[in-house]
Amino acid sequence: MLKVDDINVYYGSIHAIQSVSFEIKEGEIVTLIGANGAGKSTILRTISGLLRSKTGEINFLDKNISVVEPDKIVKMGIAHVPEGRRVFKQFTVEENLEMGAYIHKSKSDIKEDIGKIYRRFPRLKERRRQTAGTLSGGEQQMLAIGRALMSRPKLLMLDEPSMGLAPMLVQQIFDIIKELNQSGTTILLVEQNARMALTIADRGYVLETGRMKLAATARELLADDSVKKSYLGG
Amino acid sequence: MTILNQIINGIQIGSIYALVALGYTMVYGIVKLINFAHGEIIMVGSYFTWYTMSRLGAPAWAAVLGAVVFCAVLGMVIEKVAYKPLRNYARISLLITAIGVSFFLQNAVQLIFKATPRMFQNIFPGSLKLGGMVFSMSAVVTIVVSVILMIGLSLLVKNTKIGKAMRAVSEDKDTAQLMGINVDHTISFTFGLGSGLAAIAAVLYCSSFYQIEPTMGSMLGLKAFVAAVLGGIGSISGAVLGGFVIGIAESLTKGYISSALADAIVFGILIVVLIIKPSGILGRPENEKV
Repeated sequence: MLKVDDINVYYGSIHAIQSVSFEIKEGEIVTLIGANGAGKSTILRTISGLLRSKTGEINFLDKNISVVEPDKIVKMGIAHVPEGRRVFKQFTVEENLEMGAYIHKSKSDIKEDIGKIYRRFPRLKERRRQTAGTLSGGEQQMLAIGRALMSRPKLLMLDEPSMGLAPMLVQQIFDIIKELNQSGTTILLVEQNARMALTIADRGYVLETGRMKLAATARELLADDSVKKSYLGG
Repeated sequence: MTILNQIINGIQIGSIYALVALGYTMVYGIVKLINFAHGEIIMVGSYFTWYTMSRLGAPAWAAVLGAVVFCAVLGMVIEKVAYKPLRNYARISLLITAIGVSFFLQNAVQLIFKATPRMFQNIFPGSLKLGGMVFSMSAVVTIVVSVILMIGLSLLVKNTKIGKAMRAVSEDKDTAQLMGINVDHTISFTFGLGSGLAAIAAVLYCSSFYQIEPTMGSMLGLKAFVAAVLGGIGSISGAVLGGFVIGIAESLTKGYISSALADAIVFGILIVVLIIKPSGILGRPENEKV
């Protein structure tokens, strides 16, 4: 479904992503794990078109999207839940969800989708008229995921969805990701919480200072000694 | 003149400041640029209206409509040509470019139409009697048109799809793109909208001051900028409030203290507000990080 082929991304003179390639098949949960600064978010931002690769290609559903504008990439079916949630703080919860459906025209479809999000996240329904800035971290994360789903994505990319959340909430967010996958959404998950990510993922890639170090099934990575030592706390 | 007359005068000029201030504040909200060329758009709008009416003999409505379209397109072209290439560079380069665009427009108009002031015919002649008071028609039209435009604009920004896109882009450009919003189009639209409002402000201004010259935009633009900062730059209701405050303060100073002091008092108010509340009357302090 998504094929990233030999991308190189720079921040000024810093070579942040060095010849990275990987792929995601339809229906999978794939996770990118690695330490802070390894380049995980940079990869997601490059797929979304917010950053550009100097080389290589990114193919989504057999189309090269590496030069496509970010708003068109959303229309092609990729949704991106950014790091730090980035909900629109001055918009209400419901307006945030509507923004997620910006690319859709049918009011009745949007309404129906908002209903679906509220059934999945009842807390958001309770707070629908509140501005998003007043929500707790967990609620903001649910809103950010809900907002991304509003575009009806084929591929959902999540950047550190567990960051800053209490353990119980982390579990809940991961359960939701699993459910979304079972209902047909392909998922690319970036996480520092490698153990959690690998428990729900099919396959994983390990990133180290901008390079791809390892690629294997999630089960293999969980059992791998070097991964255990570096990312799973020994 | 009674105090009521002075206040009406203040509201009249204040609503013109407010319309211009809206352009400053919307553009600042979305690209964080104080568009110093905005005052010159008023000047260009005035010349356009004057030329099409006096020289080409166009009816007033056509001249006004033409000015709005011309200025909106001019605003979008300035953004594309002068500001967009600098979007990812230091903000100071944008600011300097804006000052450059302002000089360019002033001098271009001077070159084409000469520096001598031109007389503008009164497009809203007559007066209106209401409850024993007489209002000039231009005051009535100015206030009514401005209020309608302000209400229209706030509805547009609050409820329409493009309005929401403008707010989203101004809050967080990257995330707005992840929603499928085309940031370039949204910024372009904002410049067009602000410049169109400036064209209407130009016509309203000329309808009561009758005289236009290539440098007229500087002071008018500066006062509207003061209004935007006073109300809280980036805030739409702040720009409207700031416009009225500046207009009324100016008019009362002229009426009761001294005409020569009017500008000093206007800028004095700005200094006082900036000392007491740097973000302006309705401005939000910089976003706190959570």
